[in-house]
Amino acid sequence: MNIVIPIKQVPETSNVKMDEETGTMKRDGVESIINPLDLYAIETGIQLKEEYGGKITVITMGPPSADKALKEAIAMGCDDGILLSGREFAGSDTWATSYALAEAIKEIEDVDLILAGERATDGDTGQVGPGIASWLDLTLSTYTSKVVDVNLIDEEVDYTTVKQDSIIVERMVEDGYEKLELPLPALLTVVKEISFPRLPTLRGKQRSRKVEIPQWNLENLDMNKEFLGLQGSPTRVVNIDHPKVTRGGTILDVREDGNVEEAVSQLIDYLKAKELV
Amino acid sequence: MDYNGVWTLGEARDGEIKEVSFELLSRGRKLADKLDEELVSLVIGDGITDQQAEELIKSGADKVLLMNAPALKDFIVENYSNVIEDLIEEYKPEIILAAATTMGRTVMPYIAIKTDAGLTADCTELDIEEDTGNLLQTRPAIGGNILATIKTPNHRPQMATVRPHSTKAAEKDESRTGEIVHLKFDSSLLDGRVKKLGFRKNEEDAVNIQDADVVAAGGKGLKKGENFALIRELAGYFEGAVGASRDAVDRDWISYPYQVGLSGKTVTPKLYFAVGISGAIQHLAGMKTSENIIAINEDPDADIFKVSDFGIVGDLFEIVPELNKQLAEEVK
Ligand SMILES: Cc1cc2nc3c(=O)[nH]c(=O)nc-3n(C[C@H](O)[C@H](O)[C@H](O)COP(=O)(O)OP(=O)(O)OC[C@H]3O[C@@H](n4cnc5c(N)ncnc54)[C@H](O)[C@@H]3O)c2cc1C
Ligand SMILES: Cc1cc2nc3c(=O)[nH]c(=O)nc-3n(C[C@H](O)[C@H](O)[C@H](O)COP(=O)(O)OP(=O)(O)OC[C@H]3O[C@@H](n4cnc5c(N)ncnc54)[C@H](O)[C@@H]3O)c2cc1C
Repeated sequence: MNIVIPIKQVPETSNVKMDEETGTMKRDGVESIINPLDLYAIETGIQLKEEYGGKITVITMGPPSADKALKEAIAMGCDDGILLSGREFAGSDTWATSYALAEAIKEIEDVDLILAGERATDGDTGQVGPGIASWLDLTLSTYTSKVVDVNLIDEEVDYTTVKQDSIIVERMVEDGYEKLELPLPALLTVVKEISFPRLPTLRGKQRSRKVEIPQWNLENLDMNKEFLGLQGSPTRVVNIDHPKVTRGGTILDVREDGNVEEAVSQLIDYLKAKELV
Repeated sequence: MDYNGVWTLGEARDGEIKEVSFELLSRGRKLADKLDEELVSLVIGDGITDQQAEELIKSGADKVLLMNAPALKDFIVENYSNVIEDLIEEYKPEIILAAATTMGRTVMPYIAIKTDAGLTADCTELDIEEDTGNLLQTRPAIGGNILATIKTPNHRPQMATVRPHSTKAAEKDESRTGEIVHLKFDSSLLDGRVKKLGFRKNEEDAVNIQDADVVAAGGKGLKKGENFALIRELAGYFEGAVGASRDAVDRDWISYPYQVGLSGKTVTPKLYFAVGISGAIQHLAGMKTSENIIAINEDPDADIFKVSDFGIVGDLFEIVPELNKQLAEEVK
């Protein structure tokens, strides 16, 4: 089973600075990590590889330093990495990001499954996974919480039916879980519930140091330049605001006086005033 | 550009139109009035009656596009996307709004690619720019630390998903009239690749935390799983839902669908109780736009108090039982 996992490098803290002019993130001085929600996709991929064999390619679009994220994924157990990097990709919105990633994934042979994170903790749109599926016309399951089963047809044995590998998954919706069967190749975006990410191993780390990460861009990939970067992006960030965090509410301290009853009765009065009880 | 009209994508399940569909109409009405254009509600499903469609008109729609077909009973993204793309091509709406639900956040990005449209995620405010008539879309990003305003200047339709509960459904106006258009389903649009095999409803309490008006959430301060009983009782007085911090979920005190925060659900109830939750930035990302926030924590410096409208500093094992007691008297 050949698996591709698009991963995003994101700033470590949630307190990143923004460039007010361009509406883009200032990344200097902030450590970058693999988008935490992508770790669940990586873990799911490794488990599937352990069970069904095959290979995992991780791919990221980002600055040259994003190869660190790829190496970390390889240290966890992924096989190859591809870095999509070049000035032409700068300023991409989710439309342009998913176009570039889809074009790159087309170059990878015999892809059975693409696993993406539910959303990135910075841009936080959750649109890139479904976007890639749409560009590649793949079947899609978002918010996938469980891989129930994988049916791989053994071509040697089964020559009577049309080859149709499939995956059965559960996806989390507002009030429960839907069970879907998707023919492969398919794209799944996964939620935290699907797995528990492992740590990189020593052997993995050694291997990741040696792995060559190819850098792909317009020079070696056939892509429509007009679809890339800021010029290919339909959306524009036109303003950034920093909402006030502090509400300055009433805070009662009962640790000293122990007057819990009085404090609670004031809380009830507050709820009544707001017509909440 | 000959695109015209504001569309909202209604959501239906088992022949019922969901509440978010009505919230979207109050957003859409404001935009349509500013643009002086028509507000259309598109509903795809099976067994939606004209009577139900009338409710959408009373809530602000000028027109309801209704497509009923057994094949469209379940939301399958490939099918819904084909149908909606086809309608976009025919009707050319200027704006399409969907709810930022598991459905909206799945079908909208799929369509946006196929129709070369810009899509803004999980908006909490929408407006029309004075001179250009462009849609101004405001959304929280980076864990709710910033509010970004986004525009789609050169592509139509302008598409956005809208955070559920970020606005109220309009009061129904019984005198409003409008048109219901029955669309014929073209079965060649059926994708047919994905099969839905089943559905399993959430266990535990049936309340969906994203739909609830009141959420009572517990964190690591509860010390053990059994103590969630206190939180369940508290939520019960409001017919609300139970929520949790990640640390509580990671300890298996409660399951993942109840997790609030950056890697869990975003909730915007009228009332949110944070009990024994410190208020880590990742937790705040999922609840800080709640209308009223009440915090109970023994640490006066806990960050949760910064976002609280009312807080009590002290031992939750004394405070919550007292609160439950006084609430029981109120309810009685
Ligand atoms: C404040 C702000 C608001 C924005 N709002 C919007 C908006 O509303 N609409 C819009 O179209 N764009 C928006 N953008 C641009 C958007 O953040 C970028 O296009 C970004 O590169 C991808 O989107 P995301 O972070 O939302 O990723 P998500 O779609 O949330 O990521 C989901 C998954 O896709 C994969 N993935 C995402 N990015 C990459 C990557 N670079 N390489 C490999 N895999 C990846 C990962 O598996 C990830 O888990 C915004 C940017 C900013 C700074
Ligand atoms: C990428 C990423 C994503 C994350 N996503 C989420 C998410 O979605 N949701 C989430 O919640 N967290 C998330 N986290 C984790 C987050 O950083 C915190 O670790 C977590 O929210 C802490 O949970 P807590 O408040 O229950 O526990 P703690 O931070 O340990 O707080 C417990 C609180 O209980 C109080 N307390 C203890 N005993 C009592 C008592 N007897 N009476 C009253 N008060 C008491 C303490 O004073 C303390 O403030 C994420 C972290 C990362 C890095």
